[in-house]
Amino acid sequence: MDLTYDADSERFRGELRDFILRHRDLAPKSQGVMGGRATREMLDWQKLLLERGYAARSIPRKYGGHGATPNLIEAIILGEEFARSGVSSGVSGPGVDMLVPTLLEHGSEEQKLRFVGPTLRGELSWCQGYSEPGSGSDLASLQTSGTSDGSDLIVNGQKVWTSSAHLADMMFALVRTEANTKRHVGISYVLIPMDSAGVEVHPLRTMTGASEFNQVYLSDVRVPQTNIVGQRGEGWQIAHTTLKHERQVAGNPTELEATLRSLITLMENETRNGVRAIDQSALRERLLDLQARVLSLKCHAMRLLTCDLRGESPGVAGLVVKLQACELMHQMAALALDAMGDLGILYHGSKYERAEGTWQSEYMTWIGFIIAGGTAQIQKNIIAERGLRLPREPRPEAGG
Amino acid sequence: MDFGLSDEQRLLQNTFSSYLTEQVPISRARAISEAMPPDVTALWRDLANLGASGVLIPQEYGGAGLTLLDAALIAQTLGQAVVPSPYLAAAVMAPTSFLEAGSPEQKHEWLPKIASGDIRMGVAATETYSIRENASVHLESGRLRGKALMALDATEAHALLVAAGSSDLLLVSPDAPGLHISPLIAVDRTRTLSEIVFDGVKPADSLGGPRGAGSAIERMLDAGRVILAAETVGACDAMLEQAVSYASQRRQFGRVIGSFQAVKHMCAEMAAELEPARSLFWYAAHAFDERLTDSPLTIAHAKTHISEAGVFIARTATEVHGGVGFTDEQNLHIWFKRIGVNRHLLGSPDVLRERAAKLQGWATCSTP
Ligand SMILES: Cc1cc2nc3c(=O)[nH]c(=O)nc-3n(C[C@H](O)[C@H](O)[C@H](O)COP(=O)(O)OP(=O)(O)OC[C@H]3O[C@@H](n4cnc5c(N)ncnc54)[C@H](O)[C@@H]3O)c2cc1C
Repeated sequence: MDLTYDADSERFRGELRDFILRHRDLAPKSQGVMGGRATREMLDWQKLLLERGYAARSIPRKYGGHGATPNLIEAIILGEEFARSGVSSGVSGPGVDMLVPTLLEHGSEEQKLRFVGPTLRGELSWCQGYSEPGSGSDLASLQTSGTSDGSDLIVNGQKVWTSSAHLADMMFALVRTEANTKRHVGISYVLIPMDSAGVEVHPLRTMTGASEFNQVYLSDVRVPQTNIVGQRGEGWQIAHTTLKHERQVAGNPTELEATLRSLITLMENETRNGVRAIDQSALRERLLDLQARVLSLKCHAMRLLTCDLRGESPGVAGLVVKLQACELMHQMAALALDAMGDLGILYHGSKYERAEGTWQSEYMTWIGFIIAGGTAQIQKNIIAERGLRLPREPRPEAGG
Repeated sequence: MDFGLSDEQRLLQNTFSSYLTEQVPISRARAISEAMPPDVTALWRDLANLGASGVLIPQEYGGAGLTLLDAALIAQTLGQAVVPSPYLAAAVMAPTSFLEAGSPEQKHEWLPKIASGDIRMGVAATETYSIRENASVHLESGRLRGKALMALDATEAHALLVAAGSSDLLLVSPDAPGLHISPLIAVDRTRTLSEIVFDGVKPADSLGGPRGAGSAIERMLDAGRVILAAETVGACDAMLEQAVSYASQRRQFGRVIGSFQAVKHMCAEMAAELEPARSLFWYAAHAFDERLTDSPLTIAHAKTHISEAGVFIARTATEVHGGVGFTDEQNLHIWFKRIGVNRHLLGSPDVLRERAAKLQGWATCSTP
């Protein structure tokens, strides 16, 4: 066991720190995590990060990346240093975090050349069109259909809970393209321009009060078949590549640590009857429990990273992160609300509102993440079935 | 950057688990621990031959010179097989205090005998962090007075390490005039606990010289906490494995119960608690070995968090078994009780949370 980094990695960290220190004033203040179009400020910042190799570092140059040899340690250091400094790590969201890795793994050369670069630069924003009104956890039952018309697909159906669809240029969607198929057979992974005729987006207000997700109606939408990723009718595996990346977004230990630090600061500052929240034993006990959990998940992330570096399979240990990390984020927000007590309920810019309502909104947002990308219950099914080899849930038959 | 076990560490663990699987089935572990008094001599001899007693002791004193992480990996296997043994005090806490505070002569005299397994030391230090029943041990003009509760592995010990106040650590013969050891019977019988009364006992020696042994006592306790956490993880491994295997065989309503989601999710929740807990005890041990500045805080968190995960897994694995889980015959309760007792030794969760708070400079009382 050795938690030190070699000289090259330390040099990389030193240069990165120096870079962040010198340029932090140029970074945009907020990090549109849920996707959507990048601001001018963000586009410039992303450009600088790409030039220096602090974004898309190991993505080949011809696709718009920096072209460095893939290096897990450098990737970790990048995550750590940006989180530590509180400076934006550049464009994020479903395009950069999910679609780009999926295209790099499964896309055609033409697709990579066309979509990866603009996505990395923040010029092209994406939404994820998986869920449908009748198909959430049971994604394989999806109904949106695509029929061939010469070199095009004609797509019909409805997607729902589509985050940032109202702001996106493109959607990566799952479409049943093969007639008379059921379940995971016959689904294609299709890239649909949101300005195509027949695409209609209806924003849905979420519980946080913002319009973060949408219903998307697709009526005779014409998409060239060259926009199918991988083989036609074989999109299910590709969809899983994307989901794998989506679930990784949630387990980031630096984010857990940053949230914990804000929680501690909050509890050192909020007082009731002149006593700081952190000095009230009932609240402090909860904080200490969460602090231990954050530490535990941080160690766990180091263990999983090591498995990756060594090329070993982590087994069941690799399946628990999304479940545990989302719950923990939610619990930290819940404690923050209790530490603020009655003043913590103030929202909507009210007098005495705390931290601009961020903890209230985090508290809600993390319920969203507990549900999105495979609910907690679905995660437990996966842990039990794939990790512990318990019998699988009964599944409807696949047709062919 | 490498946060995983080495091939040598896996080999070490395999060596112990293969021996334990073959030689210490649950029937033997029970037979030893239920005898009055338990006789661990033969088993300890074997474990010593495998290297348990000398794991932490440097090679120049006849040990293996390994780290606390290695010692914790052995502890995990001992917890997995609920082995009755004096490992905690004799192989970990006593050697740690000699390494921290022993003079060259003291190390020379004692460490080889501890490493070989010939000498087993018990440890009495509870009162440094928790005073109950007016217990406390103090040194008065060279004599020990008072009483110590929950002394570890003291009943069959050849020598005792006794903490008096927060900075004196004394070596005492169990036969010394004025010393009375009586067993305390815990719900878990695989570990021996005692009360020791000191009625003007003359110590044989003391550790730490004029500077005292305050920091050695802290390190000794922290090493013990890591071992208990690792043992609990091992015991949880065994309980989860039994729950999954039972859930895959037992049928009700025409199906194996592991196909019912309520049961499946209990198992998934156990795994989801257990795996990060394992990563945490590795890190706590590593922090101790490297003397990282956050090591006391890390260890307080690890012992506490793993104790919480432990009781959750112990009760959930029992529930998965239904009625048979509640029987004596199924033996599950042996692990259940070991986990329950480990939780409270060397600092219950509330004691260690208080410690974690103090270490971070947070006040420890809540009255305005
Ligand atoms: C904030 C947010 C953002 C989202 N963004 C997107 C997006 O951008 N693109 C997109 O495609 N989707 C998105 N989703 C949708 C998300 O993936 C689905 O909500 C999720 O997969 C659950 O599907 P559902 O809503 O249909 O719930 P259901 O599947 O109907 O589930 C309802 C309840 O039943 C439980 N349940 C269902 N099946 C099982 C089972 N087999 N075993 C046990 N319990 C079960 C669930 O756990 C849940 O508690 C988003 C959701 C949220 C909350």
